[in-house]
Amino acid sequence: MTDRFEVPSGLKKTGLALLAIGIITIIAGAICFLGKHEEAGLTRFWLGLAQNSIFFLFMAITSVFIQAAAALAQGGWIVAYKRVPEAIGANVWVFGLIVLIILFSIVFGLGDHNPIYHWVHPEGDKVIEGKSTFLNKGMFVGFSIAAVGLWSFFGRKFRAMSIAQQSAPKNSTKIYWRTIVIAGAFMVVYGLTMMSTTPWLWIMSIDAHWYSTLFSWHVFAGAFVSGMAMILLWTVYLKNQGNLILMNKEHTHDLGKFMFAFSIFWTYTWFAQYMLIWYANIPEETVYYNTRQNGAYSFPFYLNLVVNFVGPILILMSRPSKRNYFTVVFMALIIIFGQWLNLYLLTYPGPTGNNWHISWYEIGIFAGFAGLMILTVSKTLAKEDLIPHNHILLKEAVVHLS
Amino acid sequence: MAVKKFAIACYDDEAPLFDAVHKVRHSGYKLHDVYTPFPVHGLDTAMGLKETDLHIAGFIFGITGTSTALGLMSWIFTSDWPINYGGKPFFSLPAMIPITFELTVMFAAVGMVLTYCYLNQIMPGVKKHVFHPRQSDDLFVVVVEVTEGTDETELMNFLNETKPLETDVQIAEEGWWYGRFDKEENYSKQFAS
Repeated sequence: MTDRFEVPSGLKKTGLALLAIGIITIIAGAICFLGKHEEAGLTRFWLGLAQNSIFFLFMAITSVFIQAAAALAQGGWIVAYKRVPEAIGANVWVFGLIVLIILFSIVFGLGDHNPIYHWVHPEGDKVIEGKSTFLNKGMFVGFSIAAVGLWSFFGRKFRAMSIAQQSAPKNSTKIYWRTIVIAGAFMVVYGLTMMSTTPWLWIMSIDAHWYSTLFSWHVFAGAFVSGMAMILLWTVYLKNQGNLILMNKEHTHDLGKFMFAFSIFWTYTWFAQYMLIWYANIPEETVYYNTRQNGAYSFPFYLNLVVNFVGPILILMSRPSKRNYFTVVFMALIIIFGQWLNLYLLTYPGPTGNNWHISWYEIGIFAGFAGLMILTVSKTLAKEDLIPHNHILLKEAVVHLS
Repeated sequence: MAVKKFAIACYDDEAPLFDAVHKVRHSGYKLHDVYTPFPVHGLDTAMGLKETDLHIAGFIFGITGTSTALGLMSWIFTSDWPINYGGKPFFSLPAMIPITFELTVMFAAVGMVLTYCYLNQIMPGVKKHVFHPRQSDDLFVVVVEVTEGTDETELMNFLNETKPLETDVQIAEEGWWYGRFDKEENYSKQFAS
């Protein structure tokens, strides 16, 4: 029994078309925004690139995290569709490289006055000068390269080990235990990057005067929800193509549970951060929410909560809706849009002020990255048999009941 | 509740139990219940039980908790006894969210426990007829109701074909009651008259 996936020409064309849209958008954006030598245009050009690339990298790294979490918990149910998170995780380096290029261009390429990362030139600003021990170019470059490098390494490592298991002796557990050890090591790396330093340096430092200790958890929760939605979209797509024959509604139900539960968790972190700042009412903290809630951003601010909390809690709560392919795909798309909007609200308001846009530029770049995701992941998926035949938990995955 | 006549058949393994449950359902006899020493996977589907409504009850209890908390707090803090807390508006939704959450959870939890007890007819001090003393030890007990239209000898022959360990006919109270077990002594007289 084999389960080979061949990239349909339609998918390839879609991916290439989306990628082309993205590239055309970047070129058009460069002409429109960079040509005038205005700071607003410059900010919008780089922020659009940074926000979208970070969003897609965070979605991809979630696939590595869920593999590591399943390996440590010895979870068997993930084996039914294991190749999907593996394929996404193996392509973390593509998105990581793009993020590094974009972020380093912002840090080093924007001249004397940096409109996005004010901390690049902290001179004369006492608050940022006080933070300069951590918040400086060297730390930024070091942590970014370490994070992206380690994520890419682990993403490829997990896939390599899973494929090595295919040709291992029958019932051999050597690679299985090795995977658990590697997963433990990844968790330490993940805790020190995605759950702490990476969101501080990449996103929170955009508003360099402001800080929140819960920020990285909040970003992680959003990344996890959108990453699970991404995995779900791929699995449902492969099921529609007649692949992933071991996966059934029980596994879809569990992916739906993850999207539901972590949407609530995302809301929990969002509210915990918001309420403490609202309650304490310290001006240097409330200024962050004041720009978002009361000014020009109030519509996306409330839309964010509706899309990411009210939608999932009402639609995904009941059991039948998590077992219905239409509802879960619909909600996965909604959640990906919602988390993209959330990341928009974390990045844009600081540098762009009240002059915000979500129009052809932002959507075009999103399309470009979506195309890149489709092309790279489908290419990786087609390389190997989609059933991990020799995995020792395969039977557990088949008889899994959610 | 009603006092009824039941035929019981006991098995010592899951395989003949599933076989018997399957046959009883397809023959048209009225399956009252099945008692097992431990939860048996798939038995609910074999018995044709519908999915529980407990989670719908939970949702309703939760919504009740949400509206109780929000309603009470907004009434108290805006119209009944408004107090100025540190210059915040009287209707301060963020401050009410934690309490709302807690009351939602509490209403849902307590309500669901009580609903669960009601649905399963279990409660401290409440009694229910025990069809076989070993039904919670090592026997799987199938209970078939002998309705007015049921031919009892035919039913016993039918049950004996499924090769049970033992069979029995009992007259018992169907539901639960509060009090003592010796309530059952008068059943046979009641049923005869």
